[in-house]
Amino acid sequence: MLEVRDITKVFGELVANDHVNVEVGKGEIHALLGENGAGKSTLVKMLYGSLQPNGGSILWHGNATTITSPSAARSLGIGMVFQHFSLFESLSVAENIVLSLGADKVLADIAEQTREVSHNYGLPLNPETIIGDMSVGERQRVEIVRCLLQNPELIILDEPTSVLTPQEADNLFVTLKRLKDEGRSILYISHRLEEVKQMCDWATILRHGKVVGECDPAKETAGSLASMMVGGDIAQIKRKKTKAGDGKPLLELKDVSLPAASPFAVALKNIDLAVNAGEVLGIAGVAGNGQSEFFDMVSGEVTVASDAAVTICGTQAGAKGINRRRKLGAAFVPEERLGHSAVPDLSLTENLILSRHGSDAAMFTSMGPIGFIQRDKVHEVAAKIIEEMDVRKSGEDPDASALSGGNLQKFIMGRELDRSPAVMVVNQPTWGVDAGAAARIRQTLIDLARSGSAVVVISQDLDEIMEISDRIAVMSDGRMSLPHNADDMSREQIGLLMAGMEGGSEQEGESAHVH
Amino acid sequence: MFIELERRPAHSTLYSALSPFIALILTLVAGAILFAVMGINPAKGLYSFFIEPLTEVWSLHELAIKAAPLILIATGLSICFLSSNWNIGAEGQFILGAIFGSILPVLFHEQVGIWVLPAMMIMGMIGGALWALIPALLKTRFGANEILTSLMLVYVAELFLDWLVRGAWRNPEGFNFPETRSFSPGQILPEVLDSGRAHYGAVLAIVAVLIAWFMMAKTIRGFEVKVIGQAPKAGQFAGFDAKRVTIVAFMISGALAGLAGIAEVSGAIQQLRPTISPGYGFTAIIVAFLGRLNPVGVFAAGLVLALSFLGSEAAQISLGVSDKLGRVFQGMLLFFVLACDTLIHYRIRITGWAGRARTGET
Amino acid sequence: MGVAEAVLLTIITASTPLLIAALGELVTERSGVLNLGVEGMMIMGAVAGFAFAQISGSAYVGALGGMLAGAVFSLLFAFLTLSLVANQVATGLALTILGLGLSGLLGEAYIGQPGIKMEPIVIPLLSQIPFIGKLLFAQDLIFYISIALLIAVNWFLFRTRAGLTLRSVGDNHSSAHALGINVIAVRYMAVIFGGACSGLAGAHLSLVQVPQWVENMSAGRGWIALALVVFASWRPMRVLFGAYLFGAVGIAQLHIQALGFSVPSQFLSSLPYIATIIVLVIISGNRRLTLINTPASLGKGFVPDR
Repeated sequence: MLEVRDITKVFGELVANDHVNVEVGKGEIHALLGENGAGKSTLVKMLYGSLQPNGGSILWHGNATTITSPSAARSLGIGMVFQHFSLFESLSVAENIVLSLGADKVLADIAEQTREVSHNYGLPLNPETIIGDMSVGERQRVEIVRCLLQNPELIILDEPTSVLTPQEADNLFVTLKRLKDEGRSILYISHRLEEVKQMCDWATILRHGKVVGECDPAKETAGSLASMMVGGDIAQIKRKKTKAGDGKPLLELKDVSLPAASPFAVALKNIDLAVNAGEVLGIAGVAGNGQSEFFDMVSGEVTVASDAAVTICGTQAGAKGINRRRKLGAAFVPEERLGHSAVPDLSLTENLILSRHGSDAAMFTSMGPIGFIQRDKVHEVAAKIIEEMDVRKSGEDPDASALSGGNLQKFIMGRELDRSPAVMVVNQPTWGVDAGAAARIRQTLIDLARSGSAVVVISQDLDEIMEISDRIAVMSDGRMSLPHNADDMSREQIGLLMAGMEGGSEQEGESAHVH
Repeated sequence: MFIELERRPAHSTLYSALSPFIALILTLVAGAILFAVMGINPAKGLYSFFIEPLTEVWSLHELAIKAAPLILIATGLSICFLSSNWNIGAEGQFILGAIFGSILPVLFHEQVGIWVLPAMMIMGMIGGALWALIPALLKTRFGANEILTSLMLVYVAELFLDWLVRGAWRNPEGFNFPETRSFSPGQILPEVLDSGRAHYGAVLAIVAVLIAWFMMAKTIRGFEVKVIGQAPKAGQFAGFDAKRVTIVAFMISGALAGLAGIAEVSGAIQQLRPTISPGYGFTAIIVAFLGRLNPVGVFAAGLVLALSFLGSEAAQISLGVSDKLGRVFQGMLLFFVLACDTLIHYRIRITGWAGRARTGET
Repeated sequence: MGVAEAVLLTIITASTPLLIAALGELVTERSGVLNLGVEGMMIMGAVAGFAFAQISGSAYVGALGGMLAGAVFSLLFAFLTLSLVANQVATGLALTILGLGLSGLLGEAYIGQPGIKMEPIVIPLLSQIPFIGKLLFAQDLIFYISIALLIAVNWFLFRTRAGLTLRSVGDNHSSAHALGINVIAVRYMAVIFGGACSGLAGAHLSLVQVPQWVENMSAGRGWIALALVVFASWRPMRVLFGAYLFGAVGIAQLHIQALGFSVPSQFLSSLPYIATIIVLVIISGNRRLTLINTPASLGKGFVPDR
């Protein structure tokens, strides 16, 4: 039905797609596999008309076609469900849907159709609801229903499960099977190998913009798929088993509550947690359930009124700011690299000062409150970090924004590890990072814990959580579940906790909010 | 014809340095066209506007007199703008500085002594800083947009000055003219050289530039301003207090504008009048941008913009054109500066209709 | 005509340009563009309106000329901020600085010349209604336009597909782009609409309010219009209320003096500016309200990837 022949796309000096060939048959669920930056998104953007190829051709039902715009794609019968939703927060469901349809559509009709179609597919939606008030799972429903109202023959889904709980993902699979049975084709982008094996009829694997293989994923193992994606074996994470609760608690939170700072934020509710020396504590959860608010509260970017609420290495620190917490031995790595843990248009050395001007004031500055910066010393430490973490860069001291995600994250991790912190709190350590760098970062976190530090890893990637954690807690709607030993927890249990159900006994709450 | 932008992986150092010069050249080209449209020989027009004022010693002194307030204000503004605080009320802070600084010479005009001038300057800085503190506090306390509040305070300051010189502070021996008494000799900023009128305001400007350069390039305090301005969330991560930075940045720029105000009044005008500024506070915004928000760049840019004031006076005399022409040049210059700054972060490609048709409508 | 009627008439005259300029800026901001150059576009509208009226002998041609000048001037802003993604705040300031300079240069010949006043259009019957008839149905054309504009903008934004598209661009330009909406084109149109409105508002100053050209005659009204948009939390109907409130404050100063209070005239003249500050503080103090209503992409540049 769809055939992509020798398609090529070049951005500046980067060849994002290099003579890519893909064929999708009718009623087929076709997986597109590859690492971050392999060129999957570029390819589907060309299929959806938001990007134009530099070479090659697209055949639709056997005819060569130029897809000049998303609306052209839609009128051909190609629909798309975006990874980072393309919804408008301040508009209603029906308004969002009507925007993607032809200009002749009337809002009232669309609202009616939305109600109908969404019920038919078991994805009930109220067309009047404002997107800003909806959970991530509901938003994805809107995206899918929007796509279905166009009655597409081919549906492209970009990383659809990365924001869902395992149970929500299972529901999605049911819907996809049904669409397949209706004779629609699905192009399914994912890096979750298990679900690809379970769901997809055929897979095309991309690496560095080239097709490096095709296969029937059901006949492969997760390991063989992974090595095709990466082009070699990934270093296995080495994790010595230690018993949780070995050491003393180095980070303690006692009944911390914090009201939401803005209409788009999540309030933290009665959080109790103790993280011990020697362990990695993983915090799972769907995006937007209070993870960033939790991070800001633990790091001291946002302080709490009671000093006793947060204890770091035995010292009360609830009312103390981030630099005083750093001096107590804590280190922090936020989720957003560009703009939070680093300033994009400042150089690496300046970004080194960013988090360490307070904790290492004696080393990096002089002249007291004036804070004269000792450039030599800063350069020396930066060079050491770059060396130790194998940060690849071009130029002597490039801007943070000039580095790839993985290399910048390695630099940021190195910046904090260089202080040998007793407590390390990391939010989404490997988000958007290539597999090699991700493995390395995970290993350093485990090694840090084994050397006697307390490590907290917040992540939406359940595989990552399962891989490196000694104990696992789950955040849902600003609450934190009791941590359990990782070995005692199944994905299903974690999934129920992510949906806000303690042990699966409570009703499902529509509680997960995104920013 | 369409313009396509492609983001550079990192900002271009080359174009950071080059863009103000490209903007200057473009302004001169546009100026030549403007002269031609007005029926004036472009070469002659540009010469009398930009070169003639530089050929005489006395006019070089005038250049320094005009450049000093521009540089002082723009130095402060560049710190403020770098921290993403849009103080556009420098004109008002200039006026309040002039008023505060004039308290001594107007109300205690017999006071003389070595301390009087420094005291006047410090009072001027306090006046400007306090006036700037208002929008800063309204922003940090209530989230009120500082662009609008600082600008509104310019009008209030102008009216306040008008009221003072027509009322309470009017010269009792001044035949009802709306002006204060002339400052006593010990209250007037002295001339730097014997060759002309340029006063110590120019020296103050140089000192301010040096201090600001040191702060911004070499210290954590300057780093703090840059980080808060570029990435507030990263500033929070660094443990910097954005509200404090807002208040400090506003007060620094207010103090420097106030200093410019009292230096201008004490050095050049030597009394208060209803109008004491030809719009220095607004022109300084252009100076700050042309100087790429860098104190050293601001110094050079201040001289260029001072020249535009002198040039419009000179062109009015020699060519008979309106003195408004200077303002037009200033406005064009700012436009070109902002346009050229695009080159720092983007590559620009110009495609024709043909290229457009190939890549498709997006 | 009674005193109350006379006062209300002056308030309407003072409020009309504020209403028009603020409505134009509201549409611009709803598309996600912050154009701080309202003052500059307004003063260009004022000088062009006066000039076109002088040349043609018709105040209506003048008003059209003012709109045209505002629109052309806003195109400059649009090119810089949309095609070259220049900083919107700085470019808006540049527009104001250039507008004040250029209008001074262009208007020099007109200083002191008597202008052509736009005559009221008296609507038969309706104008006979006691009290409100004189106020609302014996006004100049621009007043009628301002009311029509208010209704049209409200209808356009919330009842039409194009208005929905415009709001979606202001809400999230990346999503709009992904759906195939031409973000830059929508914003160009919104900016030009705002420019034309500001130009018309300026023409009202030099054709209705004063009928003269006076340098810097906009006297901060463009900035007040900007504040009004915040005050109205981006809702057209609230702009109406705000514009008339500010018009009234501006007029109050004249009447307080006439009533013989011994308040310095400078203090009274500063009332509109101080009122603007106070209103901004009150509105912004309610963070929740402002955060929810502000178009999410306001002031952010957009570069489509190709």
